[in-house]
Amino acid sequence: MAPAMAEPETGGMVVAGAGQGGLQVAESLRAEGYTGPITLIGDETQPPYHRPPLSKALLNGEVTDAQLGIRGLDFFERQRITLLTGVRVSSIDRAAQVVRLDDGRCLSYDGLALATGSRVRPLPVPGAELEGVFGLRTLDDAHRIGAALDAAERVVVIGGGFIGLEVAASARKRGRTVTVLEAAPRLMARVVAPFVSDFYADLHRSHGVDVVLGAQVVALEGSGGTVTAVRTADGTVYPADAVVAGIGIIANDDLAVAAGLACDRGIIVDDCARTSDPRITAVGDCTVRIADGAAPRRLESVQNAVEQGKAAAAALLGRERPFTAAPWFWSDQYDVKLQMVGLSSGHDRIVVRGSPAERRFSVFYFRDGALIAIDSVNRPPDHMTGRKLLDKRVPVTPEQVADESVQLAALAR
Amino acid sequence: MAKITFISHDGAEQVVEIPTGWTVMQGAVQNGVDGIEGECGGSCACATCHCYVDETFAGTLPAPSQTEEEMLECTSSERKPNSRLSCQIKVTPELDGMTLHLPETQS
Ligand SMILES: Cc1cc2nc3c(=O)[nH]c(=O)nc-3n(C[C@H](O)[C@H](O)[C@H](O)COP(=O)(O)OP(=O)(O)OC[C@H]3O[C@@H](n4cnc5c(N)ncnc54)[C@H](O)[C@@H]3O)c2cc1C
Ligand code: FES
Repeated sequence: MAPAMAEPETGGMVVAGAGQGGLQVAESLRAEGYTGPITLIGDETQPPYHRPPLSKALLNGEVTDAQLGIRGLDFFERQRITLLTGVRVSSIDRAAQVVRLDDGRCLSYDGLALATGSRVRPLPVPGAELEGVFGLRTLDDAHRIGAALDAAERVVVIGGGFIGLEVAASARKRGRTVTVLEAAPRLMARVVAPFVSDFYADLHRSHGVDVVLGAQVVALEGSGGTVTAVRTADGTVYPADAVVAGIGIIANDDLAVAAGLACDRGIIVDDCARTSDPRITAVGDCTVRIADGAAPRRLESVQNAVEQGKAAAAALLGRERPFTAAPWFWSDQYDVKLQMVGLSSGHDRIVVRGSPAERRFSVFYFRDGALIAIDSVNRPPDHMTGRKLLDKRVPVTPEQVADESVQLAALAR
Repeated sequence: MAKITFISHDGAEQVVEIPTGWTVMQGAVQNGVDGIEGECGGSCACATCHCYVDETFAGTLPAPSQTEEEMLECTSSERKPNSRLSCQIKVTPELDGMTLHLPETQS
């Protein structure tokens, strides 16, 4: 280990956070022709890996850790990207252009990217610290949950968002008794229309999950330090051997806040991933983007991390490569694939295309007559076409969408 | 293990050994094969792992699922009869020696 107060090493480009976004910054810097030193620093022990399968294929036992890796170690060598794992960036000295690591090392930088991601929002109720209560963010978390699901009889999932519902589906696949407790009156309420929420409540119930809506969790109960039950505001007690909470995330903006960068529940960036310091960019879950004069928003998705990563690399090299594509996201639950593109908030009309009864349909969201988002259930072509329609801002009417004889792909060309 | 050859759109060749049970996409991205992105991590949700399978093997692979079939309708480069999503091809020893041609663009 290097001694504390060592002289700063390297210079060049430094990336804090070795997840989806950080890796993209490092790779894109090379792809953009940067030849200087690149250091990618991550506090997890694994090299960067795909997180989405954690709640899906990994919990279902379909993939191993090694298969989740995004790049192999020789890739980093070939690209001359120095990957430091198991070490945290603990502070940034913007005046000196130096980052300090928690093992005592210091690195100077010409350009810095913050890609520190997010952490799970802790349950704000008594008992949250009991054994057998889990959040899901990392590979280690997923292994702990997997082991708990092996041993548990009854699993209670708190939060009916994507992660909670994917975990519920995986737990059912393992034959566990599963209850989902959601505080809102419907599932995935923040992002999808009531129509889609209802579809998913039915889907989970048809697989034997007890979906309880409007359920305010007030306490977790335990015995000998281990969770035994979840209690809701109406006094109901749900026995549980394992509890998985998926109630949202908190952006890891602490480093940026401490360094005096503009933050508002996330590091504020523009379309080019630039922060309020011209030498520092930020990408992915730790950011809040201000664009088109619209309200600041945080997107928690692979696409966002990747596209902002490309934008950040360009910005660090003094180029502008704004990320303006429509956001997209997917979720796999049982054999049902949900693919979403655009942001549906503020819609004033929805049109359904396809057949909910056959579990193949898309919901098209309109605002002031303009298409703003599409949620597709087992209809990949609608999603892929929709990305083109939204990216190119092709005018599409509700009537066209409602009419199955209208070829959307033809409109997108 | 199977040795799989990737031929990029401009003719560059890269041979990669991929363990049995992995998907072709997983082997390609970990080895940094240019032209396979694999953005969704293999969920059959992004179509950035499109490839063309050489004739001798195209027939021996299990047929694509309906989801893969429908995603293939929407690839950014031309869809051909031998188009596949490489995240849906599981490596078996029988695939040793397979050649895959990569499309011009993935997104
Ligand atoms: C279970 C699960 C399922 C998901 N499913 C989907 C999905 O289906 N589709 C989709 O689009 N998205 C999905 N996501 C979201 C997606 O994975 C994230 O949006 C994406 O990983 C964000 O990338 P990032 O680089 O911002 O953060 P991350 O990938 O989280 O990487 C951040 C890294 O930085 C590290 N770090 C933090 N602070 C420091 C520090 N000070 N020093 C060094 N390292 C630090 C963290 O430990 C972490 O390794 C899912 C996420 C989870 C957890
Ligand atoms: S990796 Fe996304 S579809 Fe194959």
